[in-house]
Amino acid sequence: MSEAKTDKPIKKRKIKLDEELLAYKGVWVFVESERGHVHPVSWELMGQGRRLADQLGVELCGVVMGAPGPDLEAQCRAAFAYGADRCYRIASPVLAEYRNVPFTRALTDLVNAHKPEILLLGATTLGRDLAGSVATTLKTGLTADCTELAIDPEDRCLLSTRPTFGGSLLCTIVTLNYRPQMATVRHRVMPMPDPQPERTGLIVDFEAGLIETDIVTKVLEFIPDDQRDKPQLPYAEIVVSGGKGLGKAENFKHVWDLAKVLGGEVGASRAAIHAGWISADRQVGQTGKTVRPALYIAAGISGAIQHRVGMEGADCIIAINNDPNAPIFDFAHYAIVGDCNQVLPALGRTFAGYLAHQGS
Amino acid sequence: MHIVVCIKQVPDSAQIRVHPVTNTIMRQGVPAIINPYDLFAIEAALALKDQLGGKVTVLTMGPPQAEPALRKALSYGCDEAVLVTDKLFAGADTLATSYVLASAIKTLHQETPVDLVFTGKQTIDGDTAQVGPGVAKRLELELLTYVSRIVSVDQAANSIRVERRAEGGVQVLETRLPALITMLEGSNEIRFGSAPDMFRAARAEVCVWDRNAAGIEDIKKVGLKGSPTIVSRVFVPSPRAQKAQQIEFDAANPEAATQTLLDKVLVEIPKVKKQLDQTRDNKRASRSAGERHE
Repeated sequence: MSEAKTDKPIKKRKIKLDEELLAYKGVWVFVESERGHVHPVSWELMGQGRRLADQLGVELCGVVMGAPGPDLEAQCRAAFAYGADRCYRIASPVLAEYRNVPFTRALTDLVNAHKPEILLLGATTLGRDLAGSVATTLKTGLTADCTELAIDPEDRCLLSTRPTFGGSLLCTIVTLNYRPQMATVRHRVMPMPDPQPERTGLIVDFEAGLIETDIVTKVLEFIPDDQRDKPQLPYAEIVVSGGKGLGKAENFKHVWDLAKVLGGEVGASRAAIHAGWISADRQVGQTGKTVRPALYIAAGISGAIQHRVGMEGADCIIAINNDPNAPIFDFAHYAIVGDCNQVLPALGRTFAGYLAHQGS
Repeated sequence: MHIVVCIKQVPDSAQIRVHPVTNTIMRQGVPAIINPYDLFAIEAALALKDQLGGKVTVLTMGPPQAEPALRKALSYGCDEAVLVTDKLFAGADTLATSYVLASAIKTLHQETPVDLVFTGKQTIDGDTAQVGPGVAKRLELELLTYVSRIVSVDQAANSIRVERRAEGGVQVLETRLPALITMLEGSNEIRFGSAPDMFRAARAEVCVWDRNAAGIEDIKKVGLKGSPTIVSRVFVPSPRAQKAQQIEFDAANPEAATQTLLDKVLVEIPKVKKQLDQTRDNKRASRSAGERHE
């Protein structure tokens, strides 16, 4: 592969769609649910889908799949509240729990029957499993882990932007003469829209013709995770993260101490995880967790793109780094150039003083 | 038991640097490694071979320079290695890549029937997690992604039982062979190759297949031609429009800086003040709850 020149379009291809592909219209969001509980990434996607559909002047549709019952109806209603105009509902006992084959078959048949131009799924373990299978079956393009979705005003194509080269650059990907255009987005990358409970829409039932005896894979058991003592990073309102700039593993205690003062969660950069300073479930970034806290404090983190895409939704970013040219200062709100191992304890004392004395 | 492991040679992404002036990727000196997620796939395959016998074939699509990755895999104990390489494969996206790998696996299957295919959960350069599912669909194999443990294989019944990482829990799944499994990281630890395997790996023949040897039937499905997606732009995100406020830090009086910072944040970003007030309330509540217990 040649050197990647940046900030210049690599090639502007005229995308001319075949006659039969012009029939593909509308934006779809796959509404992911497990045990009747909708994954919040689906509503975040609905917010994005609404924006894309409005720009294209087309309908936004939710796809709801699962065992027959009142849950599916409730999920359709919720989809309308979050912006859908229409919901396709596939009810079958075969879909009670996620399995690749029946979900792929049902979604593929639905796409072939109703032809959307855009299909969005959450980049969860379920969504990635399903999206990769559906895209291959339909022989169309799929872009994983997008951080931005937009419409090209010239040719109405979906522009899917995602980190590339291990998260050191961003790239924008387009789908050529193939439809639908598929993309996945990770949880918390997009903001959660406000539901409008008065919104309604049309529910369209789709018969997928699934038969249990055709399905080879069986779910023998589901063992729910023990949520206790697990870091709750995605929804933390205060996150203090440390990176390689801390110098050594022991210095991570300054990060833990400050997080404790603030009642926040501890995060880390990929480099700190690779150095073995902290467990992998605390990684913030493209291949870790995405956070959207009120306050994000980054200590000794350079600010590579793969980290940035996991935290730039924070309302306030305070960056501390020895290197005045660290990329993190390009998108932080407040910058302290200095040694984290001095700044973090000082921040701890200042915040502790504020929290102890001022009452409201 | 014939197990195929698909791997990819990748640049060590922790060592990729972007040139600060030209914003180009600096590849010089970046070591090429086996995609770290693929090591879990290799180990899972070798562990099954230890248990059940048979052979492990390691397969990659890539440029001729990818051969050392295959030799490395042989040194861990894989039996045979196949490099599928052809100029026509350049510029492949995940759909085109899955077509080439699926064709090569079909060719391997004709020689010795394949029972299981393993891949890593994703690569560290592309991070798409799409090739595994793509290969499974093209070969109509049962697909098991994000597998954290192989519970058992019953060769007589031609079935396999695994634990799969799902959202909010673990699924225990049973399916029939042949199947394709993408292994989750941390599910095992790659072994040290034995001395005989290391010597063998250095001398062993790596099969190099072009499109014909790999059994590619339709060259319109490979490389750039066979890829529905293209990269239209590569770029560095622009800095935030409003520059970060610099807080002067003097090591002799660190709290002067942090106090200045706090005062600014409290005034300028009300959401943070609200959150800090919340923290204070929470702490008071838990303190008084603690006192009541005493």
